[in-house]
Amino acid sequence: MSYTVIVFVKQVPDTQNITGEAMKPDGTVNRAALPAIFNPEDLNALELGIQLKERYGAKLIVGTMGPPNAAEVLRESLYRGADETILLTDRAFAGADTLATSYALSCCAKKIGKFDLILCGRQAIDGDTAQVGPQLAEKLKIPQVSYVENVEELTKKRVRARRSIEGGFEVVECPLPALMTVVEANDPRPSNVKKIMLYKKAKTRTELSKAHSDANYTDAELLKEEEDNLRKVGLWIEELSASDIGADVERIGLKGSPTKVKNIQSVVLTGADFKVVDPTEAGVNSLMHELIEDHTLG
Amino acid sequence: MSNKIGNVWIFIEQEGGKIANVSLELVSKGRELAAKLGVATEAIFLGGDLSGGVDTLHHYGCDKVYMVESGKLEPFTVLPYAKSIVDLVKEHRPNILLFGATNKGRELGPRVASELMCGLTADCTDLQIDDFDDKVNKKQYKNKLMQIRPAFGGNIIATIVNTWEDPQIVTVRPGVMKLDDPDTSRKGVCVKIKPEITSTETVVNVIERVQQEKEVDLQASQIIVSGGYGVGGQANFKLIYDLAKTLGGDVGASRAAVDAGWIDHDHQVGQTGVTVRPKLYIACGISGSIQHRAGMSDSSKIIAINTDPDAPIFSCAHYGVIGDLNEVIPKMIKAFKSKV
Repeated sequence: MSYTVIVFVKQVPDTQNITGEAMKPDGTVNRAALPAIFNPEDLNALELGIQLKERYGAKLIVGTMGPPNAAEVLRESLYRGADETILLTDRAFAGADTLATSYALSCCAKKIGKFDLILCGRQAIDGDTAQVGPQLAEKLKIPQVSYVENVEELTKKRVRARRSIEGGFEVVECPLPALMTVVEANDPRPSNVKKIMLYKKAKTRTELSKAHSDANYTDAELLKEEEDNLRKVGLWIEELSASDIGADVERIGLKGSPTKVKNIQSVVLTGADFKVVDPTEAGVNSLMHELIEDHTLG
Repeated sequence: MSNKIGNVWIFIEQEGGKIANVSLELVSKGRELAAKLGVATEAIFLGGDLSGGVDTLHHYGCDKVYMVESGKLEPFTVLPYAKSIVDLVKEHRPNILLFGATNKGRELGPRVASELMCGLTADCTDLQIDDFDDKVNKKQYKNKLMQIRPAFGGNIIATIVNTWEDPQIVTVRPGVMKLDDPDTSRKGVCVKIKPEITSTETVVNVIERVQQEKEVDLQASQIIVSGGYGVGGQANFKLIYDLAKTLGGDVGASRAAVDAGWIDHDHQVGQTGVTVRPKLYIACGISGSIQHRAGMSDSSKIIAINTDPDAPIFSCAHYGVIGDLNEVIPKMIKAFKSKV
């Protein structure tokens, strides 16, 4: 294991397959109607990480920031080939815009310590901003390569990658450590059945405590012992709070977010107020006539 | 600290000295915002060889152009551009800084905003000046930039405000802001800047670059005939091409048709394609997802042809033909040929 690669991922509502029920009549989003999924381009970033691990040998750490349930995308990462996982979860992180998010992730990367590459998906489908990757690179003062399709070569000191640009591609080289945002240019492998059998038991501290309280255990020592056992066999999902990663409370969550949402409007279909044209020869003729008359055509 | 607010700045994107359309669209929009705020419109123009572009920027209405020329800015890489822009912003503190939401703008904007500790809103589709009453934090803001953008896959439109120190930074979707006509009699100031770019910023080396002209530039088209999943197959796209050719237009497509492999991505209209506003848009066999409508609903005239009377495309159509495109399109071609 010569390299350390961190992949930051996000759990997102599935906005690509939205149905009518996803929007409430008052125009707010009905999150309950939207399944939470692994952000698609983050799966491409993870796939690239796994490929690098296979090609060069690397420790693959996957991190995410989100509510306790976001542990699900970390388990999915383990099913595909991650070695270690970290869940940043804390009420203090809530309401973060991209600046506050990238700051929190930068604290997490610093906590991990030495790393060679950070991979992120280009953008998440809930906001489509594509900002967190470049902002995280800036917070860590490391170079960024956006829109990466694949890595051509990784050496001790440098990475050479092919990235997509408008109307074509570029091959660029940059020193390590570096951050790359990855586009949909590979086919993420499915979960491995053996790994699912093993890692479905992976737990965060919150999940372990909940299992205990559900079973009416209150023994703190037992809890610690079980945590140690899970750690030993690689079934521990590290759960870190804002103070665990040494984050400045003024720079995370809503407080650390310069952008505020003034209002939100749902996009409603306005009443069908169009002129109906008969699909007959006469109907189409009069339509074309109208368009020529008003100089839209001809 | 002075109360005087800063100017409106536009980052001018160029490739080989040719200014990107979106940058000129933003100059047009920037002038409108600057007029409301009573400040100047200024361009920041970076690159290796910028001769010739400055006059164009003055003609489109920039009062001042900061011309930042250096061999280290060619070819484009993020770090030297970010350093040069951050230095300029720190010196002049503009009120607003606009980037086009192109590949370049979307990788450069965040780097700049993060270093300046400023808010950034991506992919705006409208910008306005208004006051903001932040009820949560009990603070009032005067004359802020309302940053309007779709979110949640286009299902909502959010208005976002940057409440920290200026500049208020946004990226704006190409094709959504109206391009004003240039006025060749307009003159302006040009300030030449030698950027301080060090070896810290020149660490990313471009080894190879392959770029091709797009198959089609839909943003320049006045008539677009678009096909969707209802076209049924690659071979049947011939009908769409035939109608486009007859009417003197170009061919567009929905994401479903592109994903099916029937037509190249260059033709895709919508949130993950291009935003267009032609004189005439004919949507053939396109159901009209919110993402598609986001890219074409500002067209002057929209004709929707679909067999499903409940297709959402009809919600933004001016004319609706409920019928089979395989029968309707040949009738349109025949009718047009007989009339012209």
